[in-house]
Amino acid sequence: MGGFLTQLLHVALMLAAAPLLVGVVRWLKSRLLGRRGAHPMQPWRDLLKLLRKRPVLADGASIVSRAAPYLALGATILAAALVPSFAFGMAMAPMADLLLIGGLLALARVALALNGHDAGTPFGGLGAAREMTFAVFAEPALLVCVMVFAVLIGSTNLNAIGHGLADGQMGWRVSLLFALLALTAVALAENARMPVDNPATHLELTMVHEAMLLEASGRHLALWDMQAALKLLVWLGLLATLFLPFGTAAPGSGPFAWVVGLVLWVAKIGLLALALAVFESAIAKMRVFRVPEFLGGALMLALLAAALIFVSTGLA
Amino acid sequence: MGFGDTAYDVAHVLGGAMLLISFVLLYQRRIFSLVNALALQGMVLALAALWQGYVQGAPQLYLTAVIAFTAKGILIPIYLRRLVLQLPPARRAEPASGIGASMIAGFMLVGLSILVVLPATAGARALAREDLAIALSVVLLGLLMMVTRRTALAQIAGLMTLENGLVLAAIGVAGMPLVIELSMAGLVLVIAVIAGVFARVLHERFDSLDTSLLDSHRGEGR
Amino acid sequence: MLTLLGVSFVALLALSALGASGRAPRLMFLGSAVAAAGLGLVGFLGLPATSLAFGPPWAPAQIAVDALGGWFLIILALVAVPSCLFAASAPPPPRAEGAAFPIFLAGMALTLIAADGFTLVLGFELMSLASWGLIAARHATGKGRRAARLYLAFAAFSGICLIGAVALLAGPGLGFAAMRGAPPDGWRAAGVLVLVLLGAGSKAGLVPFHVWLPLAHPAAATPVSALMSGAMVKIALYVMIRLLFDLAGASQPAWWGLPLIGLGVATALIGALRANLERDTKSILACSTLENMGLMAAALGLALVYRGADLLPLASVALAAALLHALNHAGFKTLLFLCMGAVHSLAGSRDPDRLGGLIHRMPWVAGCAMLGALSAAALPPLSGFASEWLLLQALIQGFRVSDMSVQLIAAVSLAVVGMAIGLAAAAMVRLIGLVFLGRPRTPRGAGAPDASGLMRAALLLPAGLTLLLGPLAAVALGGLDGPIRQVLGAPAAAPRFGLELALGDGGSRYMPGLVALLLLLVIGAVFWLVRRRSPQAPSHGPAWDCGFMPPPPHLPFGDPLSQVSAQGLGQPIRRSLGHLAIAPREALVDQPPGAAAPARLRVEGRDRGFTKFLYPLARARRVLAREAELLRGLSLRFHLSLTFGTLVLLLALVAVLERG
Repeated sequence: MGGFLTQLLHVALMLAAAPLLVGVVRWLKSRLLGRRGAHPMQPWRDLLKLLRKRPVLADGASIVSRAAPYLALGATILAAALVPSFAFGMAMAPMADLLLIGGLLALARVALALNGHDAGTPFGGLGAAREMTFAVFAEPALLVCVMVFAVLIGSTNLNAIGHGLADGQMGWRVSLLFALLALTAVALAENARMPVDNPATHLELTMVHEAMLLEASGRHLALWDMQAALKLLVWLGLLATLFLPFGTAAPGSGPFAWVVGLVLWVAKIGLLALALAVFESAIAKMRVFRVPEFLGGALMLALLAAALIFVSTGLA
Repeated sequence: MGFGDTAYDVAHVLGGAMLLISFVLLYQRRIFSLVNALALQGMVLALAALWQGYVQGAPQLYLTAVIAFTAKGILIPIYLRRLVLQLPPARRAEPASGIGASMIAGFMLVGLSILVVLPATAGARALAREDLAIALSVVLLGLLMMVTRRTALAQIAGLMTLENGLVLAAIGVAGMPLVIELSMAGLVLVIAVIAGVFARVLHERFDSLDTSLLDSHRGEGR
Repeated sequence: MLTLLGVSFVALLALSALGASGRAPRLMFLGSAVAAAGLGLVGFLGLPATSLAFGPPWAPAQIAVDALGGWFLIILALVAVPSCLFAASAPPPPRAEGAAFPIFLAGMALTLIAADGFTLVLGFELMSLASWGLIAARHATGKGRRAARLYLAFAAFSGICLIGAVALLAGPGLGFAAMRGAPPDGWRAAGVLVLVLLGAGSKAGLVPFHVWLPLAHPAAATPVSALMSGAMVKIALYVMIRLLFDLAGASQPAWWGLPLIGLGVATALIGALRANLERDTKSILACSTLENMGLMAAALGLALVYRGADLLPLASVALAAALLHALNHAGFKTLLFLCMGAVHSLAGSRDPDRLGGLIHRMPWVAGCAMLGALSAAALPPLSGFASEWLLLQALIQGFRVSDMSVQLIAAVSLAVVGMAIGLAAAAMVRLIGLVFLGRPRTPRGAGAPDASGLMRAALLLPAGLTLLLGPLAAVALGGLDGPIRQVLGAPAAAPRFGLELALGDGGSRYMPGLVALLLLLVIGAVFWLVRRRSPQAPSHGPAWDCGFMPPPPHLPFGDPLSQVSAQGLGQPIRRSLGHLAIAPREALVDQPPGAAAPARLRVEGRDRGFTKFLYPLARARRVLAREAELLRGLSLRFHLSLTFGTLVLLLALVAVLERG
């Protein structure tokens, strides 16, 4: 019973917090650049406004443009339900396999790419090609990081990993440091943040994610924006669970532990959001054809982490 | 001692940071960034020597730390930077070729050093093995850098990395006498000065730092 | 069972005669479908080892349908029935093709039911020759004929290697039971491994023997392509399992799996990479077959490694991954090939730059193709994800083998497999985006009719199978208990737990049915909530795209140049990874100064298998031939002394052997 309650609360929390997170990151970036910045609740207001508007589809668009936003948001909501926030042992915890989460995010990405192709415009196709190319290099880095955690804990279930890292005496392993750097690079690439993609522009040279959404409008655009915000929250939540595993409520604990877990989770996500804002303000976007090198470097780091963890767990 | 023991953990983190910097050196194309990364590596080495001195209770390692910090973290980078500033801007970056291949080769060298260290230290604990494997990897990566780069300054950087790796291995082992480290440090200082002079002569003669240009001019200068 | 089997084979022979006569081709194909269904039924029910009344001169032929052969017979039937239906709905083929088609099916089935080495090789060769005939019958000259010739050369090569492997295994006799009793070791075992990798591996398309597959599979007619990609490569996989796991015995060392893993992941990477760069829809699908075969081979290699390291539960996970992926791949690859064949016959082209926007005119074909493509891209909760989940878990658990080099190889293989999976998803998005989405690029494409009648039924069958195999992956996995137990021994079992895929107690789990259900629930909930808040239907307008002109009157669907092309979509991948698979070749047609005609620069790619493997072999052959020519210029006495010397040598050899 507690598991079901925490699961429902968790899904509601993720849905409510996602646009707020995007708003907070934008506000922090504005402040760092010396501007006043829009209110952090602005993305919520934008979403509600867009939901009232009638979508306009391009003449060549098909049912893919109408169905893809729902498919992508549904897959991302399911992935968000699997990544723990304030408590472990939620109802869907046995299903929370890291490979499944990666697969669901890949499903959302393919839906986005097909949406980009659908209107028959050159930007959409260009953005889709680039997005799938970045995924080619991000996937192996993610998989090797999953392997590092599987070696440490013995399972790819996210709950088991989070629990094991919170309880066990893992210490400051070098492999975890390398895995953190690799997963951060992958998270930046997957969420279309700097230095891989600029989330704030609509110029052809700097678009990947936005290029695929150029034709979306009205409630479809609201769904896509929500999906992007939720994906960012999923990735930050993943980084928090894997690398900041303290404080989350153990399964079967009461509401007090949940409140403590919630406060700590908000703090962790806030810290990661601040780090993201600082990093994005400090670095310039890199050339599109250097992104494979960037992600290839992340893959090298992940492979190094795997090699070092084989040595250090003394299994060889 | 198991994991969660801060002594080994911090040593491993510092060693891992040095390995990371070696990889960064492998792919860096601009010589200024190379020099900065070298300085950073020297400082991390100093930190590692400091920590090992504290953990092992060996005061001579503090001296090693001071030497590493001043020589490798400050003096040699300043000297190299002044050398680079005398070059025209076109010479301050290297043509980028085969970076992906050198990264893959770098990873294979790390794997090789792991495979070599493990049987050779069969009796030692897993944690000491990791230190030694990292140090050997840094040495091999320095050699790889010397082999795959073309300009003289980048090859010097590879030599410095190699020596850093040797010092890292030495400080990890308890009971290494100080005189070896001091003499290695002095040797590297002399080599750096000679290499700097050599680079300047090379640039004056050939207007380039590409050492392969020397091949066609063997036997001259007598 | 034996009667049903016999009836099916006799029916196939009769249908071949019917096809050769050229009359009633539709009846011939429908009859082939029924015969294939009968074979599938035999596979489901099984058949104990039986000696037939006829056979080679030294012993009667033996046949058996055990759990492993039965699984592949079911796969064959699931591929053959829709392909035959599709062929029945297509225009009648040339007579040679009509004769060879049932022989092709019979050859594949013969390989699967063989219980002695001779029948196995006979079925294998029959299958190769029949498929060569099917390709050669369509193309009298040109590129297709050259592809057929290349295919014949590789088929001959694989046949010879396979004969060698069977000969090495056949110590006490050619029957499988006799071979199992005397497993090879030492040099004989290494020779078996090498010959099986060369023989079955080149048939399956493993690197570096992969160059024929992307040329031969598209050159055949659509149902034949579907059969070749969906069933024939699986037969090669079956031969590998039979010879390396079953007949070579369970005591082979762990390193046997390592070359298979290496070749498998390299094939997967190169296949997926080339699928992003091809400009013909069927070539894209053939390269995707390469990728999936590579994944299956890597899974087999992992199973060998785990079995050699005494980690039987992990070996069953890896083997289950290979066998389940064989079934899933048969489903979605058949679907995709038949859809692209439908597009070819209805929209007139296989070139994606002449297609586009077909989802409006051909919704049934587009829907089936999108289902197949999403499954091929390994997306949950569809079928491709379940088998790739098993493969990835098997790779991740590679750290449990206590040999450090195996662990490092597992980590690197995991990275390469991840890259191949990403590339496969990119290739499928590119295929669907170019062919079905967007705007039409030619008038012929704009007027394409949808598939109907028999063709639509031929598409809906594998579509239904692919759809079912997604959430019900665990049920399919339950069917694998038999083959896994037969291959790996009694305590091994399929890695499932009810309706979930599970890696043992407390290990990672994947619940495909639950994921599918939850996904539908969430999407439904989102849809209902959003539509309640925003009930207006969408309106249509011209594309905006930061400023798009209205189409000119002579191009009602807009300029085709203002849409991405096939080359353009592959450009990011070609630029970053293309050099791994393709060697670029530039051809410049220059014009003298002052000429009005444009100079043309063509940049083409040749597969590296050609430039690094086949062309050097051809050069070596030419050099050897030139050197051998020198023999002709020698004197008569030299030729006589050559004969004399050989005779003396052989006599001396006989003397030595008789002594010892």
